[in-house]
Amino acid sequence: MSLPFLLEIGTEEIPDWMIPGALENLRLNFEKLDIPHETVTMDATPRRLVLRAEGLPERQADREERIQGPAKSAPAQAVAGFARKHGVSPADLTTETTAKGEYYVFVKKVRGRRTLDILAEGLPGAILGIYFPKTMYWAGKGGPRFIRPIRWLVALLGGDIVPFEIAGVRSGAMTSGHRRLGAREIAVTTSDYEQRLRDHYVILSAEERRNRISNELAGVLVKADPALLDTLVYLTEYPTPITGRFDEQFLELPEEVLVTVMRHHQKYFSVEDAEGRLAPQFVAVMNIPSDPEGFVRRGNERVLRARFNDARFFWETDQKKPLRDRVADLAHVTFQAKLGTYLEKTRRMQALAERLGGDAHAVRAAELSKCDLTTELVKEFTELQGVVGGLYARAQGEPEPVWQAIYDQYKPESMEDSIPRSRTGQIVSLADKLDTLRGCFAVGLIPSGSRDPFALRRAAQGVVKILVEGRLAEIDLADYIDTPALGEFFDDRIRYYFRDIRGFAYDEVNAAMATGSRRLVDLEARLVRIQNLRSSPDFEPLAASFKRIRNILEQAGFHEAGTVDESLIEAGPERDLYEEYRRIAGQPIETVISRLRPKIDLFFDKILVNAPDARVRQNRLTLLNTLRAEFSKVADFSEIVTHS
Amino acid sequence: MQSFQDIIFKLKRYWADRGCIIQEPYDVEVGAGTMCPETFLRVLGPRPYRVAYVQPSRRPADGRYGDNPNRLYKHQQLQVILKPSPDDIIEQYLGSLEAIGIDLRVHDIKFEEDNWEAPTLGAWGIGWQVMLDGLEITQFTYFQQCGGIDLDVVPAEITYGLERLTAFLQVKDSVYDIDWTDRFTYRDVRYLDELQYSVYNFELADVPTLWKLFDLHEAEAARLIAMYDPKSPEKQRFPLLAAYDQVLKCSNLFNTLDARGAISVTERVGIIGRVRKLAVGVAGAWADQQFAGGEPSQAVAQ
Repeated sequence: MSLPFLLEIGTEEIPDWMIPGALENLRLNFEKLDIPHETVTMDATPRRLVLRAEGLPERQADREERIQGPAKSAPAQAVAGFARKHGVSPADLTTETTAKGEYYVFVKKVRGRRTLDILAEGLPGAILGIYFPKTMYWAGKGGPRFIRPIRWLVALLGGDIVPFEIAGVRSGAMTSGHRRLGAREIAVTTSDYEQRLRDHYVILSAEERRNRISNELAGVLVKADPALLDTLVYLTEYPTPITGRFDEQFLELPEEVLVTVMRHHQKYFSVEDAEGRLAPQFVAVMNIPSDPEGFVRRGNERVLRARFNDARFFWETDQKKPLRDRVADLAHVTFQAKLGTYLEKTRRMQALAERLGGDAHAVRAAELSKCDLTTELVKEFTELQGVVGGLYARAQGEPEPVWQAIYDQYKPESMEDSIPRSRTGQIVSLADKLDTLRGCFAVGLIPSGSRDPFALRRAAQGVVKILVEGRLAEIDLADYIDTPALGEFFDDRIRYYFRDIRGFAYDEVNAAMATGSRRLVDLEARLVRIQNLRSSPDFEPLAASFKRIRNILEQAGFHEAGTVDESLIEAGPERDLYEEYRRIAGQPIETVISRLRPKIDLFFDKILVNAPDARVRQNRLTLLNTLRAEFSKVADFSEIVTHS
Repeated sequence: MQSFQDIIFKLKRYWADRGCIIQEPYDVEVGAGTMCPETFLRVLGPRPYRVAYVQPSRRPADGRYGDNPNRLYKHQQLQVILKPSPDDIIEQYLGSLEAIGIDLRVHDIKFEEDNWEAPTLGAWGIGWQVMLDGLEITQFTYFQQCGGIDLDVVPAEITYGLERLTAFLQVKDSVYDIDWTDRFTYRDVRYLDELQYSVYNFELADVPTLWKLFDLHEAEAARLIAMYDPKSPEKQRFPLLAAYDQVLKCSNLFNTLDARGAISVTERVGIIGRVRKLAVGVAGAWADQQFAGGEPSQAVAQ
């Protein structure tokens, strides 16, 4: 008989962002119990993690276990003893011939275990084995750890309760409804479970909750915000959006501030008017079906008004002291204990901005860039640092390139984020990130493993992205790298960028990087050339030859630069190769690859580099070295992985 | 309409009916109800305890001269400790909201992840901020560690922000407009504190003097902690409670110096470490004094 299975872990409210991962984990842990089944469905609300499976057998299949006994030649006494041990007579034993001879064997019929028993035994481990980033204990020291206290457990296999216990909670057939609209104890079966929950104001399916929010938003011009939608789906059991309003006078405040308050602090969607401007409205999502009296809407409107009033208070207070008068205050703000204050960082950034080719605007923006750290608004909304500085700079009459550069200084904040919009902004952002990186590496604050408290990886990744995508061709990153460790750190980021973000093959990236230059725009151009060359039929063989050249030179320990002595060149393939080289030297590899390749092939075919005459041998090594130097300007082709 | 004090009376009654001792505020300055010995020391060890009290809590940096409608130098917290935490603790908590007239069938309540941590106390817990129609009204925490000690029994701590809750219930946009009684507003009662302490904390507090006081209280706490002898037959007499008061003094002085702008970010970590060391020292000694050997001491037996 095939049975349905229902497991519901009833908890107190689980942090929304952990729920999808926990479900995936629970599913895997269930699969590890190795019980045959057809489908598995995972669902969750903030207060329950649910696994439903169909088609479980009532018991595992029966099987036979063969237990080897004494040898056929053993005394009867030993055979009888073996039989007795397994509760049978010697006549019930069979024999089996193995490589070592013939033996008595007892064939034990093992009845398949009941699925119910396997579940009862395995579920506590499957549940407590769910990984959460941070766990707690609640039933005293030494008790189980989970994300939040487990308050009830539903575990049904067909019509039977799968019996087990976690921290004093016994599994059963009782679920619990919405905290205030549903009953606290609701008897369920595997078939009516979802409907019973619905009757008690719990929508089990995340998809359905998501649709319920989206559908009701259809008539409102809500700014799309998938991450916020995800949060709200897992923060509610019965989500219902409501639209509230705020006083239009708040629209005088910068949109960035208003949106941050709504989104990050209140979890509201913001709303646009037909022209795409912020409208004096918001959408909140409640965890109840309706708000007929408008209590919830009015409550949220009041909270938002208070928040906006706060923001306005900060905005106005901060303006009394313009950014330019705050530079000196940075002497009281520590950047990092070993790296001094933000004032010192500011001065270093100004110098770097200049060195990076920044104009007076860039230097000015660098000078004002960190001043917003002393403002009330940034102390309140730290996620708006930089943005707030830019807004103040604009309000205080700084030229557009300056305020925009301040505004954009932390960009890109991720690989998906855009780089600063202007050259000035790019320079300031580079100056900031390079200063942090150089400083941290200089005092030994180097990221290791997952430990990267200063987000140096992100900073370095940002530098790479800005240099390439900002087309900052004249900047050689190598000029700003002052320790080998930082060089390696950047090389990792460069490789990551070109491989994982831009999709170049790893050997292409290695080949292009092996030539040394850290002008990243140039590196990108060379990568494109390598990628194009790769389609040439001559490419792989040529790469293989370059690998051979490298090996020969390495084995010979050849380092001299030297020039080829024409008088020592033998007529035939060696001279052909040399003359071909003379003809094509200086031309781009793309145009000469098809002519070069056969000459090299023939050379390796016919010529012994390791000639008996030391002078000839030396000259041939010089020839190979010269070829290698000439044609490795785009890339070190010996790094290319070949299949021949 | 319920007055500010009506709401306090009802909440105290509600928790008294659920077995809580109704304590009075602690008489040393604290930044939060958690810091009172009734929480900080009582959560240690195995012994069950239930207590509720209003604690005026000082946050010098949050002062706004009485100008800002939502920010206060000193606000009133209702602190509830249930140790161990009962299984239906959240139901009980929701019941307390209903007891002060909030109909949760027509209001939106959400539990949003918010793990609490007090570095100066070596304490942290797991929990939520409770949002009522978008307003944070309560911090709910399952204590996990206190004074650097893993707790034997996990208490639930419920901290109500009484001004906010009352402003919500009385539909007031400013905490200063809430009715303390039917004749006096919050402004009547508290405005002068807010104004004068803001002036003191931000403008007039003498930094060298505060540092001197900090050092004195720190030295006194450290002296006592060092004197505590776990082997002494008379260790129950030892004044750890008095040592803890000195720690609280340090903590408040630290907050005042901070508001005064006298502590740089770098120094901050160091000072937090100094206060924490004292708090951890008292907690460790307290655990030994009260619970070593597994037997509750006579001094605090129930």
